[in-house]
Amino acid sequence: MTADLALVLPEIILTIGGLVSLMIATYAGDRAVAAYQGAAVLTLVAAIGAVASTVGNAPATAFMGTVTVDAFGSFSKLLIYAASILCILIAPRFFGSGMRGEYPVLIVFAAMGMGMMASARDMVTLYIGLELNSLAAYVLASFMRTDDRSSEAGLKYFVLGALASGMLLYGISLLYGFSGTTGFDGIAAAFAGETNMGLILGLVFVLAGMAFKISAVPFHMWTPDVYEGAPTPVTAFFATAPKVAALALTTRLAIEALGPGIAAWQQIVIFLALASIILGAVGAIGQKNIKRLLAYSSINNVGFILIGLAAGTQAGVEAVLTYLLVYVVTTLGAFLVVLNLRDADGQPVESIGALAGLSERNAGLAAALAVFLFSIAGIPPLFGFWPKYLVFEAAVLADLVPLAVAGIVASVISAFYYIAIIKTMYFDDVADVQWGPRGPLLERGLIAAGALWLSVVGYLFIQPLAGATAQAAAVLF
Amino acid sequence: MTIPMLSLMLAVPLVSAIACLFVDARTARWTALAATLINLALGVQMWLGFDIGGAQWQYVERAELFGRFAWALGIDGMALMLILLSVFLMPLCILASWDAITKRVPLYMAMFLMMEVIMIGVFAAQDLILFYLFFEAGLIPMYFIIGIWGGANRKYAAFKFFLYTLLGSVLMLIAMIAMIGEAGTTDIPTLLNYDFPVAMQTWLWLAFFASFAVKMPMWPVHTWLPDAHVQAPTAGSMILAGVLLKMGGYGFLRFSMPMFPDASGQLMWLVFGLSMTAVVYTSLVALVQGDMKKLIAYSSVAHMGIVTAGLFAMNQQGIEGALIVMLSHGFVSAALFFCVGVIYDRLHTREIDRYGGLAVNMPGYAMLFMLFTMASIGLPGTSGFVGEFLSLAGIYEASSWAAFVCTTGIILGAAYMLYLYRRVVFGELTKDDVRAMPDLNAREWAIMLPLAAVTLWMGVYPESFLAPMRGDVATLVARVADSRVPSDAMLTAGKPVAKTVAETKGAGH
Repeated sequence: MTADLALVLPEIILTIGGLVSLMIATYAGDRAVAAYQGAAVLTLVAAIGAVASTVGNAPATAFMGTVTVDAFGSFSKLLIYAASILCILIAPRFFGSGMRGEYPVLIVFAAMGMGMMASARDMVTLYIGLELNSLAAYVLASFMRTDDRSSEAGLKYFVLGALASGMLLYGISLLYGFSGTTGFDGIAAAFAGETNMGLILGLVFVLAGMAFKISAVPFHMWTPDVYEGAPTPVTAFFATAPKVAALALTTRLAIEALGPGIAAWQQIVIFLALASIILGAVGAIGQKNIKRLLAYSSINNVGFILIGLAAGTQAGVEAVLTYLLVYVVTTLGAFLVVLNLRDADGQPVESIGALAGLSERNAGLAAALAVFLFSIAGIPPLFGFWPKYLVFEAAVLADLVPLAVAGIVASVISAFYYIAIIKTMYFDDVADVQWGPRGPLLERGLIAAGALWLSVVGYLFIQPLAGATAQAAAVLF
Repeated sequence: MTIPMLSLMLAVPLVSAIACLFVDARTARWTALAATLINLALGVQMWLGFDIGGAQWQYVERAELFGRFAWALGIDGMALMLILLSVFLMPLCILASWDAITKRVPLYMAMFLMMEVIMIGVFAAQDLILFYLFFEAGLIPMYFIIGIWGGANRKYAAFKFFLYTLLGSVLMLIAMIAMIGEAGTTDIPTLLNYDFPVAMQTWLWLAFFASFAVKMPMWPVHTWLPDAHVQAPTAGSMILAGVLLKMGGYGFLRFSMPMFPDASGQLMWLVFGLSMTAVVYTSLVALVQGDMKKLIAYSSVAHMGIVTAGLFAMNQQGIEGALIVMLSHGFVSAALFFCVGVIYDRLHTREIDRYGGLAVNMPGYAMLFMLFTMASIGLPGTSGFVGEFLSLAGIYEASSWAAFVCTTGIILGAAYMLYLYRRVVFGELTKDDVRAMPDLNAREWAIMLPLAAVTLWMGVYPESFLAPMRGDVATLVARVADSRVPSDAMLTAGKPVAKTVAETKGAGH
């Protein structure tokens, strides 16, 4: 029992730290931003430390095999916790006087749920982690409760999220019914045996539920509305940490629990991937709001990540992990830029048209956004090219050449709307917007660091990154 | 330890480009000029140190920086010549933009210096992935150069340029991944001698062709070029026509032919067909253009048609000729675009009809424009003649029909260039604004004269340029020798016929 508890130390830290932050927020009041924010950040930093201390350990399971602690989970957790810290740090400036103590607390609890998703080895653990994350996320989406768009986003997210959870549960129950267990190993054993319609049906429902969480087409409908309506720091959060958790979970589920049924899920994942890439690209073209555009961009990117999963090989999983890391950095960078786009009255600017001529008004911000956009479009020599390369390499080596060709051709469509924003910033005449003063040094420093890493500097770190992802991916096979 | 020459040539413009972003316009101009001149000096130094007939790959550098692929650089004679072309044109481009560009000069200079890094990188890369990174990276600075400093319709042209070239290149990436999977290495010299399965070669060849044909550009995927040229600023057109188009030809030489020789032989007729069409069709299109830059852009497509046909003739003359056409076109088309730029800066129009009679008030300009017009046509004594003659000789060895059609293109080339020259330079000087145009200033002379000198040098003594490449071309020809398609123009020895009795007797008398 003590050994089990030691294995889930990060989760314990997050639970206690989250509760402590909640107490601080309750007793010190919403004005004491530094206190509760500091507590939440410290909690997450401590959790990162706890995860980092397990790096290099052999995979271990706890609580009768329902939770696993391995390199794959650790990699995802580090990414999730780091993204969560950043989303806490950027919030107070955005909310201003509307900042409340619940925000960092909810993020800490969501992070804990996501950590459980990444290390689940049992359907029930999976579901609890997922719901813990989702419930926190619903509240976060409607955090600006007096704002119509935010409330609408929260409600929409909740209703559709509940539907997806229902589908997931139905799939889980079918898998349980036909395999007699909720453990991943038992389900894998059932798939290794005779093919069974009940198992296939369960697999389809589980994947549909997961597709909702990662916002893959055709379960993406909530994404643009929620991303646009939710407060920008929350959107930045949705676009990063939960995506990592859900994709890590989907990958673990597909490889560990459904591995022997690859013939059944591979075609589903291929469809999800291609549909997401194409619809994400086409849907983004007409967008006028930068947050909405980034929502379609995230759908598009999920498609590319799923190509890596569709390969179903260790190289594919490595590509997925690399892609997640680069995607998180790029997305956070892009949202940081969006957060720094404020006019002279301090109002956030979200319309793409208002970015016209930004390069002449605020050259640094425009250059950073250009780097993020070229990078996420996968244009060499920016580092965003590298994960795309790995994903396509995995697909080609797994004999999925048509998928790779279709995906890469569709990536040209997505390049169109990314370079269209760059066109607006660099080629168009200066828009009539009075830009406010520069943002805080921390945010500008983070933007600069992210942009620098995503320019060619990232290539110098391919070797350690490849080592870490290879170690993480190896535990699934 | 020797100096890593190629890395140094990449570092100089890279550092200067970053520096340019943080200084004012005047300093940026001088920084860019200094950096490009340093690189020119390094390039000349490299040429002098190049051991002709020595190792195939020289100035080799290798550092395992990236895990999956390496920072591997090295050049053979062909790459050396193309790098020299790039470093030679760059200071001229900077000078050409000296007064013409007034808006956001530091960014402009930074973009041009980035362009130089990328061009040298493409020709020097010895690693497949490194090559792709450089090859594609060229899109970004060119997108900005066309989009920010271009003409009225610059946004459309920038998009078209970007998306067209990207679409072509992504298929090449898939092919590269398949090659790496098959051969297990990203090292280009190793891949050059790897025999890919014949069935696979066809697909790989087609994927590479999609990329290089767009870059080249070959008919019918050339339509981005006229738009990009017309809208780009003068120096942008110079570098686009001068060097970027050569990346396509270099790609055929470095990848398509030696790596997939069987597919190259099988698909030779595809290339010949497209090249023949390009030569004749785009020449005819050039004939009816009313915009000077568009005319020269179409003439570029026609010249590139001769290059592709010469390359896929797959014999020594054809490939050497194609290389000389590439170099010559690099100098001559850059010079012609600059000639257009000179009068555009004075009158702010590219319409041919707005000019006329320039020989009267701009004699110096008329003389140099004449030289470059003749070089473009291929007058003996200019670089154009050497290249076209050699490549046509090579094409004739491969197919007499292709040679016939391509030669027709040269006649048409003379027609459209002379027609252009007559309308712009000769005739009555009737228009007042044209009469007010001053002749070349010192800066413009400084740009034109080196170009004129090289054009004549290459026309009179091409051996200086051919010698470093000869060995590499021979290696390439040997590599593709087995897959060459038998030609209709090859001499076949007749059968000896036994003399009749009567003849024998007659001879005895």
